[in-house]
Amino acid sequence: MDFAGYDPAGGRPGRGIVSAKIVVAGGFGVGKTTLVGAISEITPLTTEALMTAAGVGIDDPSKVPGKETTTVAMDFGRITMAQDLILYLFGTPGQTRFWFMWDEIIRGAVGAAVLVDTRRITDAFAPLDYFENRNLPYVVALNKFDGAPQYEAEEVREALAISPQVPLVMTDARQRDSVKQVLVTVVEHAMLRLQSEHGRGFPTPVG
Amino acid sequence: MDQRRADPRGALVRPYAVTRGRTEPRQDIALEAVLTASPTQVAESRFAGHDKHRIATVCEGRAQSLAEIAAYTRMPLGVARVLVADMVAESLLTLHTAAPAEGFEERMELLGRVLSGLRRL
Repeated sequence: MDFAGYDPAGGRPGRGIVSAKIVVAGGFGVGKTTLVGAISEITPLTTEALMTAAGVGIDDPSKVPGKETTTVAMDFGRITMAQDLILYLFGTPGQTRFWFMWDEIIRGAVGAAVLVDTRRITDAFAPLDYFENRNLPYVVALNKFDGAPQYEAEEVREALAISPQVPLVMTDARQRDSVKQVLVTVVEHAMLRLQSEHGRGFPTPVG
Repeated sequence: MDQRRADPRGALVRPYAVTRGRTEPRQDIALEAVLTASPTQVAESRFAGHDKHRIATVCEGRAQSLAEIAAYTRMPLGVARVLVADMVAESLLTLHTAAPAEGFEERMELLGRVLSGLRRL
């Protein structure tokens, strides 16, 4: 029996359901889960991956006596856009020692938003470094925390040495409309990138 | 990335007992790839063991991503991935495509649909 065209909602059979994802990255405590929760149709869920701790954040694993297993948690949300289209939003684990997980999270993603807390701007260096060295379109979103120093976007761009090609937007990660605008910027940027790379005959970028 | 071999020591790796120690899935399934189970598939999954039946039940009536399956069943991601890949091979779940990674036209169409979906929110 073939269930390839099965649609539990009783819609048209034949075409499968397509899912896409956008990655929300940033340092620990920068508001990634808040951002996801502001727009997700479900309360953000957490999935856990087990990893062998040997070698994680350690330069010389041979000095580690015995293997230990550790848990890496990822928060994510969901937006069902149509019967056959679902968008997922994945937050990256905040702790820098779990960055090897990011490679799996960004694989096949539409793009990413790097969330920056203006009170701890240096926390953004490492996530930005990561994306500069990947082929994934990303935008920088400055999360406005109450009582945080207010900077002009261009001051932040200069302080973080963000390339002029990378869009930079202000956001309030608690506000649905503001988050929506961040995600729209990510997708628009991804489309522009894809178009210009296609025009130059480059292969389609994926993670 | 999961550990490459089942480690017989330690309570933290015990979840892999449900996969009989296998940590490599039969096929790689993206975090966001969605799966569905028809009522027939859910019924058949009863004979495939408790964990697979739980997974099929989660996917009945609503498409769920691998990440959601892991979260709702409280299984570690690597364990859920092994079981889900088995279930796809056993026709107990239907795997739908994650975002097409190749082809300019297809990718642009998908991005366009996501964009208008966001704007409609």
